[in-house]
Amino acid sequence: MAPHTEQLTRPAVRLQGLTRSFDGRTVLDGVDLEIPAGQFVALLGHSGSGKSTLLRAVAGLDHEVTGSGLLTAPERVSVVFQDSRLLPWRRILPNVLLGLDGRGAEERGRAALAEVGLAGRERAWPSELSGGEAQRAALARSLVREPELLLADEPFGALDALTRIRMHALLRELWKRHRPSVLLVTHDVDEAIVLADRVLVLDHGRIGLDLTVDRPHPRSYRDPLLSEYRTELLGALGVVEDTD
Amino acid sequence: MTAVTTSTVTAAPAAAPDERPRTRRRALAPGRRLPAARLAGPLLVLALWAAASAAGRLDPAAIPAPWTVLRTGVHLWTDGTLAGDIATSLQRAGYGFAIGLTAGVVLALASGLSRTGEALIDGTVQLNRAIPTLGLIPLFILWLGIGETFKIAIIAIVVYIPIYLNTHAALAGIDHRFVELAEVQGLSRARFVREVVVPGALPGFFVGLRLGVTGSWLGLVVLEQINATSGLGYLMFQATNYGQSDVILVGLVVYGIFGLVSDSVVRLVERRVLSWRRTLSS
Repeated sequence: MAPHTEQLTRPAVRLQGLTRSFDGRTVLDGVDLEIPAGQFVALLGHSGSGKSTLLRAVAGLDHEVTGSGLLTAPERVSVVFQDSRLLPWRRILPNVLLGLDGRGAEERGRAALAEVGLAGRERAWPSELSGGEAQRAALARSLVREPELLLADEPFGALDALTRIRMHALLRELWKRHRPSVLLVTHDVDEAIVLADRVLVLDHGRIGLDLTVDRPHPRSYRDPLLSEYRTELLGALGVVEDTD
Repeated sequence: MTAVTTSTVTAAPAAAPDERPRTRRRALAPGRRLPAARLAGPLLVLALWAAASAAGRLDPAAIPAPWTVLRTGVHLWTDGTLAGDIATSLQRAGYGFAIGLTAGVVLALASGLSRTGEALIDGTVQLNRAIPTLGLIPLFILWLGIGETFKIAIIAIVVYIPIYLNTHAALAGIDHRFVELAEVQGLSRARFVREVVVPGALPGFFVGLRLGVTGSWLGLVVLEQINATSGLGYLMFQATNYGQSDVILVGLVVYGIFGLVSDSVVRLVERRVLSWRRTLSS
């Protein structure tokens, strides 16, 4: 990845002492984090650990939330949600182009759809797509804006296991081609290990573990070396595995 | 161990009748629709009416025969009275409806899109709704005189209330996730309204529109029968004085046609505009 090394020196996201609280309950308690440009990061945590709060803060979606701290994020940020969030009253291509203007937008939209394997479905209604297809359309919608940072909030959580494996490969491939920084929020330890080059564990409102996963891609779920990472991450999450 | 049910079912079509598949459940849905189902009931009533008239079982002064009503209708149409009255009535309903529609939509948008608007408008409309609109007639006659203006004003009020209420409810019910999406995609306010708010509120708007259309006819009938010197209601009111039950029935038929046609038009538009919806009825 030599051509990208100089890019990696410039941080895409920087959080300093980021604090967020709801009704007096502190959810994020002074988070410090730097994500270099082009890095693929996964964020793990229990439900309620504040991982979605962190993502929403970076996305700028946390209006009316009390908090403090410094936050730097790139200008072009795209978000993929757990649900595909396609507007049911727009066909697929207009959904992908939502908020996009200018000449050539339609061409880019078609190209993005082709990239996620949905060429020819431009005129379909969202209700006609399967769960996996809808999520791929959502990926196309975030890619077409050429984001510097891609935020994904448990994007595969609602998909069946087989579709999820295919989506993992697709996401990794898209990342390789476009090289945005990625912050993938998930509760699935295996998903984090297979996809990300760096895995963070959020614990009691702070980054409890910052782990670099240094294994070549594509990774297999059966890779025995990955199980060491797995054990370490599960330990950080407070889960003890029965080894019998 | 083999698939017991399926094998017996397929292998024994000619066997004893109690070998039939038992997996089939009692059907609880009403089943397939009858052809021309909507017309069957009205046609039956019409047939009974005609039969009773022909048999001389109905007092022609109270309920004239269907063919008498038809003949009177043709007669009124050819001498020009009916056409003129229909035009007057349609104009009243049309103006009132157009004003009510515009007011309902504009107020709903203003109240749904801004908290200030909501504070000023929503409570006022709810209060307005609590007062039966037809109860405003005496006051409006004092304010606007007994001419066309007050009739149009009353119809407009009858129309704007259901349109406002349903459109506003639909606006308030727009999924917050879509608002979030619009923020993430960096939509401008105007584009947010065009891409998310308006399409999201359309289903509710159409419910209001259908109620508003019905309301405009209702208002029209009441207004024309108490204070008018022209129009369908006036024609019917005059007929009462002369005991012309056939003329009254002609008026009712025309009102019925108005209602049916306008409702069908709204439904047709609704089906085309909301084609993205795949509901149970489709």
